[in-house]
Amino acid sequence: MSAANELLAIENLSVGFHTYRGDIKAVRGMSLTVGQGEILGIVGESGCGKSVTAQAVMGLLPKENSFIAGGRIVFRGQDITGADEAQLRQLRGREVAMIFQDPMTSLNPVLTIGYQMTEGIMLHKGVSHEEARQEAIALLDRVGIRSAKERMGAYPHEFSGGMRQRVMIAMALICRPKLLFADEPTTALDVTIQAQILKLLGELRQEYGMSIVLISHDLGVIASICDRVEVMYAGSVAEVGTAKEIFFENGHPYTQGLLRSLPRLDADRREPLPVIAGQPPDLSLDIQGCSFLPRCPYAMKVCRDVRPEAVPLGENHTVWCWRAYREQQEQGEVSARG
Amino acid sequence: MEKQYEFSPLNISAEDVGRTAAAPSAGFWSDAWLRLKKDKGAMLGLSFILLLLAAAIIGPMLSSVSYEDQNFLQANLGPSAEHWFGTDSLGRDLFIRVLYGARISLSIGIVASLINLVIGVIYGGISGYAGGRTDRIMMNIVDVLYSVPTLLYVILLMVVFKPGLMNIFIAFGISYWLQMARIVRGEVLKLKEQEFVLAARSMGADGSRIIGRHLIPNAVGAIIVSLSMSIPDAIFTEAFLSFIGLGVSAPMASWGVLASDGVNTIRVFPYQLFFPAAAISLTMLAFNFLSDGLRDALDPKMRR
Amino acid sequence: MLNYLIKRIGNSIIVLWVVMTVTFLLMHSIPGGPFTAEKSLPPAVRANIEARYKLNDPLLTQYKDYLSNAVRGDLGPSFKYVGRSVNDIIAESFPVSLELGVESIIIALLVGVPAGVLAAYRRNSWPDRAVNLLTTVGVAVPGFVLAALLVEVFAMKLGWLPAAMWNSWASRVLPAVALAAMPMAFITRLTRSSMLDVLGQDYIRTAKAKGLSTGAVLFRHALPNALIPVVTYLGPMAAGILTGSFVIETIFAIPGLGSYFVTSIYNRDYTVILGITLFYSAIVIFMNMLVDLIYPLLDPRIKLGERED
Repeated sequence: MSAANELLAIENLSVGFHTYRGDIKAVRGMSLTVGQGEILGIVGESGCGKSVTAQAVMGLLPKENSFIAGGRIVFRGQDITGADEAQLRQLRGREVAMIFQDPMTSLNPVLTIGYQMTEGIMLHKGVSHEEARQEAIALLDRVGIRSAKERMGAYPHEFSGGMRQRVMIAMALICRPKLLFADEPTTALDVTIQAQILKLLGELRQEYGMSIVLISHDLGVIASICDRVEVMYAGSVAEVGTAKEIFFENGHPYTQGLLRSLPRLDADRREPLPVIAGQPPDLSLDIQGCSFLPRCPYAMKVCRDVRPEAVPLGENHTVWCWRAYREQQEQGEVSARG
Repeated sequence: MEKQYEFSPLNISAEDVGRTAAAPSAGFWSDAWLRLKKDKGAMLGLSFILLLLAAAIIGPMLSSVSYEDQNFLQANLGPSAEHWFGTDSLGRDLFIRVLYGARISLSIGIVASLINLVIGVIYGGISGYAGGRTDRIMMNIVDVLYSVPTLLYVILLMVVFKPGLMNIFIAFGISYWLQMARIVRGEVLKLKEQEFVLAARSMGADGSRIIGRHLIPNAVGAIIVSLSMSIPDAIFTEAFLSFIGLGVSAPMASWGVLASDGVNTIRVFPYQLFFPAAAISLTMLAFNFLSDGLRDALDPKMRR
Repeated sequence: MLNYLIKRIGNSIIVLWVVMTVTFLLMHSIPGGPFTAEKSLPPAVRANIEARYKLNDPLLTQYKDYLSNAVRGDLGPSFKYVGRSVNDIIAESFPVSLELGVESIIIALLVGVPAGVLAAYRRNSWPDRAVNLLTTVGVAVPGFVLAALLVEVFAMKLGWLPAAMWNSWASRVLPAVALAAMPMAFITRLTRSSMLDVLGQDYIRTAKAKGLSTGAVLFRHALPNALIPVVTYLGPMAAGILTGSFVIETIFAIPGLGSYFVTSIYNRDYTVILGITLFYSAIVIFMNMLVDLIYPLLDPRIKLGERED
């Protein structure tokens, strides 16, 4: 991907939290790029640092106990790492918006939907209350809320989970943001609603020309709409590539494990679903080699001692794994000899 | 190749896994203790309370004068090397009286809280465990009693009983258990549906055994927090009662009695108010810090 | 709505009846009756008094009399102040207590809520520590000690404000502040902790993600949620102000219901104790009812009568 097309770039980002048990290094050298109009999926087990990465970009990490230990966040060519509140507020809602996992708790329970919608419109566009109202109704209508006009006075608890998530999306769309973070947007919803919301996000991407970073632990969700996918493990990237590459030409044992643990239609129902054995590492500890080592079926001595290097497998496809490194090396030797 | 890497297979040893795999999470109590130890205020409060307890128990034994020894030649003396806190209008040593007052005030706090605990745990435990109609009726009774200020009951009971230490125990004991009963019931309801209780039940454990062995121990966190708040509450309430003339009777003196005596002489002998008032306030502070720390340490919601 | 109100009032009446019965029985369980303490009373006079107060009637008759009188709003005569009824005492002194109480509640809310918001917003900063220290002291110092100290400093040493009485505007300052101290400390702590709780909620993150200013996040999104528990504290606060007034009114020599109550305790004036207890219970029950009615207005998720506490 060319730099001109690049909307967001995160380079070698590290984020930590102070806790009573010592510091937790939740994100360890995470990198990603998001191109214009692209949907990037970030997948990984819970606690691997997906959401922390997104919140670091938005400047939403709790100030009391979090800190950025290193790396850069560049949005539209501008370094926003550790930007102050005033700068971030210019960004939030306007250029970058975010929707969250639990639409139940992400809307203010004591304010009407109408208030929560118009508030953002009036803030960012400086329009009158009536105009803001009209616009809010139009947006709610667009995201598929029936009789939006009547429902403006309703409170969040009067909506179903799927409808609440639609409201959240409508709120995020107010300023036609360049980038939308969708943090587990469908995890709390049932499967049919899940599909509807994902379809809506796909449509809106086209309509608004925005980029989406879709964070999920569910490869099924990722597969359905993402252009590129980044697989995260223990705070850093394990593998990145186009959706096709990640699903069919993957090179990291963790990616393979994730895929194997997906339920399949053609699988023998009597056999239990394979899961990746073991637990993710304790993120308060330093990890010298590969963080996936204790769970890896192909562990080598080098994996224990040295952190894996990036191994390019294709134009957009990179994997951080010593096994892939060695395979490539052997292939190189073979072709050199042949 | 410029770099040399060892690509020989690694048999993952326990040592390797231990290095990177998640540390086993500490048990609830050791975890809570760890949190509490980090809380400076709570530890300070705890140290103060332990020190005070020791002083209250041992102090009066070591002293040659008793709390009721009067000496009119030495009345109303300010603090000195001989009388650390000075003397009162009857020439009694204030330091000894404050230490003795600690015995009375602390025992009021502790005994009253223990009575509350026993009644509250039994009542709340039964109500929560029985559920259904029994629970509804029992909690309705609590609600009715709850809607009247507890202090009014205590005052009425003290008016009827006549002031005295024993009667304060009784009046506090039968007035302040409502909160505890509610807490215990809430915890029991929460825990009742959990699997280990179902498991115990399916193995044929009977009701009282389930309450005693499974439910109560699991509600202990909330109970400890509530206890750490009810002890200073009782001390405070006793001080209040002393002021309106319903405290323990002379020559015994709780901190409340000493302080309300001190209020009358604040113009002339301010130290007679200062020392008992400081004793009450410091104890309140200590318990407050401790209970805050305990709540943070024992609240499972706060655990990550 | 109406149904709920009727049910609620019905409940309150039952509670009051229980309180009445319990207090009546307690008062009459005192061995020998209310005049035994006064040994100097000649037997003839005593018989006379007992006849006047119908103390020789069977307990049940006395109970029925008391109940039927109380229903009609008559709480009976005072034992000690000859010729005065409990109603007279309440009518005369309650307005004073009410004024003092309302002033204290206003002080407590006006100081407590902003202090709590500030402390929560600037968590662990020096203002937070200062607020924490002050509230902890406020909770730790007994009311009568605080009142005595205030008098000593502001009335005696500095001479800025009167030490007692209830006449001028200035005479109201010290007692109102002394009475407000405890509820103020509670409100501050409650606001702080509930504000901290709310600030950690997802919808606050949403509000921030919208790009709202700090003020809008704090006051539009967080405060209305954070105040819900504060409102539920209004019932207990009313009770706290009532009992606090016993001490404060006595110290400042304010002719309110609280100081009458304490005097009647000293005097063992049983009908007054009983009457004022009933009256206080009615106030607190009313305040709790009020809170239950206000509650659904603040929290749209709760329908009338569904509050769980």
